[in-house]
Amino acid sequence: MNAPQTPHTLHFMPSAGFRARSKNVVENPFLRQSFRGAMDFLMSKRAAQFPDAEELESLRSLGERIRQYNLAKLPDLLLRLEDKLTGNGIQVHWAETPEEANEIILGICHKHSAKLMVKGKSMVSEEIELNHAAEAAGVGALESDMGEYIVQLANEKPSHIIMPAIHKTKEEIASLFAEKVEGVDYTDNVDALIQIGRTVLRQKFLEADIGLSGVNFAVAETGTLCLVENEGNGRMCTTAPPVHIAITGIEKIVEKLEHVPPLYSLLTRSATGQNISTYFNMISGPRKPGEKDGPGEVHLVLLDNGRSQAYADEQLRKTLQCIRCGACMNHCPVYTRIGGHAYGTTYPGPIGKIVSPHMLGLEATAGLVTASSLCGACGEVCPVKIPIPDLLVRLREEAFSEPKANPAMRGQGAGHNGLISNIWRGWAMVYRSPTMYRAVSWLTSRFNWLTPSKQGAWTSVRVPLKPAPKRLRDMLAERR
Amino acid sequence: MTRTPPNQTPPRDVYFFATCVVDQFFPGAGMDAITLLERQGLRVHFPEQQTCCGQPAYTSGFPDEARKVAAHQLTLFPNDWPVVVPSGSCAGMMKHHYPTLFASDPARKAQADALSGRIYELTQFLVEVLNFKPEDCGSDCTVVLHTSCSARREMNVHVTGRQLLGDLAKVTVAQQDHESECCGFGGTFSVKQPEISGAMVEDKVKALKATSAERVVSADCGCLMNILGHAAWKDQQEGRTQPALPGEHIASFLLRRTSKETAR
Repeated sequence: MNAPQTPHTLHFMPSAGFRARSKNVVENPFLRQSFRGAMDFLMSKRAAQFPDAEELESLRSLGERIRQYNLAKLPDLLLRLEDKLTGNGIQVHWAETPEEANEIILGICHKHSAKLMVKGKSMVSEEIELNHAAEAAGVGALESDMGEYIVQLANEKPSHIIMPAIHKTKEEIASLFAEKVEGVDYTDNVDALIQIGRTVLRQKFLEADIGLSGVNFAVAETGTLCLVENEGNGRMCTTAPPVHIAITGIEKIVEKLEHVPPLYSLLTRSATGQNISTYFNMISGPRKPGEKDGPGEVHLVLLDNGRSQAYADEQLRKTLQCIRCGACMNHCPVYTRIGGHAYGTTYPGPIGKIVSPHMLGLEATAGLVTASSLCGACGEVCPVKIPIPDLLVRLREEAFSEPKANPAMRGQGAGHNGLISNIWRGWAMVYRSPTMYRAVSWLTSRFNWLTPSKQGAWTSVRVPLKPAPKRLRDMLAERR
Repeated sequence: MTRTPPNQTPPRDVYFFATCVVDQFFPGAGMDAITLLERQGLRVHFPEQQTCCGQPAYTSGFPDEARKVAAHQLTLFPNDWPVVVPSGSCAGMMKHHYPTLFASDPARKAQADALSGRIYELTQFLVEVLNFKPEDCGSDCTVVLHTSCSARREMNVHVTGRQLLGDLAKVTVAQQDHESECCGFGGTFSVKQPEISGAMVEDKVKALKATSAERVVSADCGCLMNILGHAAWKDQQEGRTQPALPGEHIASFLLRRTSKETAR
C-alpha cells in the first residue's frame, strides 16, 4: 500500500460530486453491462430461494417484528448484553464516534504490541476507516475476506456491502494479483486466484497478533456474538490470533437466541441466495482453562456513530432494522446503473442513502437522497420490511426544509434553497386554488406554441413536454 | 381487492379524478377513459374544481405544500361514489399517502381515510368492480405493456392491465426484458439526476423496442411522458419520421379495440 494515507479524504466523497461520478459510470457501456449482469445474477439467486410468495411475506413480517421488538427494548438489551458478555469474559467497549472506536481498537493493539491485525469482513470497520487509522498507528491491517482482500490490494473501497469487489472483473483481479502479490504470474483462472489468496492469508493468520471481526447478531440473553461468513476466514480471525476484537453497531442486538434463526435465514437467502452460509460462528468468550485453542482475550466494541440519532425518531428508527443483506442494492435500478463507488459513502445503494445521513450528517449527504425514482423495489425485497422509499421522502423533507430550532437530524435544512422552496410555494398556490389552476392551465394550453424547446435536463434525452391545445376539461365542456 | 360478486349491482355513479398530467398533457386518454366507463352504463362525474393530487411536492420533500393541494382535493368527492383515477401513481398517492399526510389533522385524516377506501386505479376498477371483459373488434396486433412502479408496488394492480389486454382475442402481449424495472421517471428525479434517469429510460425503451411490439401501452401517463419522450428523441436523433415506438394510455387502446368503427 504505497498510496498516500489520508484517512478522512479517502473515507468519504461528498455528494456534491455524485452526479459527476454517476455520469462517468453511466457513460461507460462496459461497466453498465457488467453491473447489470452481476445484479441480474444476484436477483435470480434470491428469487430461487423464495418461490412461495406467501411464505416470503410471512417470513418478512416475522423478520420485521423481531427487529422492531428488539429495537423497542434496545437500551435495556444493550445493558443486559454488556452484563452477560462481561460475565462470559468478553470485554465490552462503547464508542460514540469512529475516532473513539479506532482509539479503543488501537489501544488494545498497542497494549499487546501488535504489529499485524488480520480482519474478517466488517462493514463497521470500513465505516470507521480502521485500516487507515491502523496504518497511521503503525499496525498492519490485512483484509482476509477474498473480496475485501482484492479491494485492499487495489487500494479501493468496497462497492457493495456483501460483495466488496463486485465492480471488478476476473481479468482485473488477475492483473492486480500479478502486480501486487509477490511471485505470482498472471492467471485469470478463478480457482487459481482464490488459491493464491488463501496461500498468502494462511500464513498471515498464524502471524497476526490481533484478529478483528464484525458481528451479525449479538444475543443479549446468552452473551453470544454470531458471525455469518462463507470463507472460513472469519473463524480463523476469531480463533487463531491471541486477541479477538469484534466491532458492531449498537443496533445489531437481539434479546433471545431464538430470534437468530429466522433473521439468519432471511439474511443468507436475501443476500446471496444461499439456504445457509458455509460458516456460522457463535462466540461466547475467550479461551477457558484447559481449552486447546481460541483467543486469550475477546473484546466487543459497540459503535453509535449516528445510530442513536436515528433511534430517537419513531419513523427514522426503522432504518436500524437493517440486517445488512444488500438485497436492496441488488434490486435497485439506480445502484445497477452506477455501482457502489459513485455514492461516495461506506454503505451504498438504498440502505446507504437512508443510513449515511445519520453517520455523516445531511450537509454531506443531501444530494444522495434525491437519487431515487422511489420505484419501491428496495422496500419490496427488504427482508425486514424497512419502508425505504418513505424514509427517503422523509429525508428529502429534512434536507430541503428551512433549518428548524429542534431538528431531528444533524444537518437538517442543509439542502435548503430559498428559490426552490419559493417555486414549490408558488406551485401550491396555483394547485390549491381551482381558479388559479384553471387560469394557468388555460394559458399554458392556449399558448402551448410558446413552450420552450429546451427544458433543462428533461430534454437532454427526451423531446420537450408540450401541453395539449385543449385540456380534458375543455374537451368535456365542448361535449356537453 | 375483492371483486364485486356477479349478483352485486355495480355502482351507477363514479367520480373521475383525471390527474393534472392527463388534464394538460394527455386529455385524449382522459376522454377515452371516461367514454369506456360511460359505455358500461356509468354516470361519470368530473369535479370541475380538481387540480393535482399533490404528489410532485410530496415526493420532492415539500409535504406542507403537498398537504395544501391535497386538502383541496379532499373536498371534491362528497358522495359515497368510487373515485376512478387513470394513473396508478396518483391513485397510490391518494389511497396510501393522504392518510399519512393528514395524520396530525383529525378532521382531514378522517376524510382521507374515507376517501382512501374509494380510490380505484382505472384498470383495477374495470376488472375488479365492473368485471369488464373487453370484446376485441380489431385485427391481429402485438403490444407491450409497461406498468408503473406505483401501480405495481403501491396499488398492487399490475395484474389488472395485463388481464384486460389478455381478454382481447387478437392482441398478443409481448414480454419485455426487466419488465418490473422502473422507467426512470420518478417525478423530479428525472431532472435532479438526469444522467441516471436518462440511463434508465434508455434501457427501458431498448427493452420495449426489442419485443418488436407495434406499440407500448401503459396505465400511467407519467411513465408514458418519459418513455415516449425518449423514444421520440431517439427518432429525431436517428432521423426517423415515423415513431419506432408509438404508445398510448391503455384506456385509448381498449376503447379503440372495442369500438367497431375505430378498431385497428
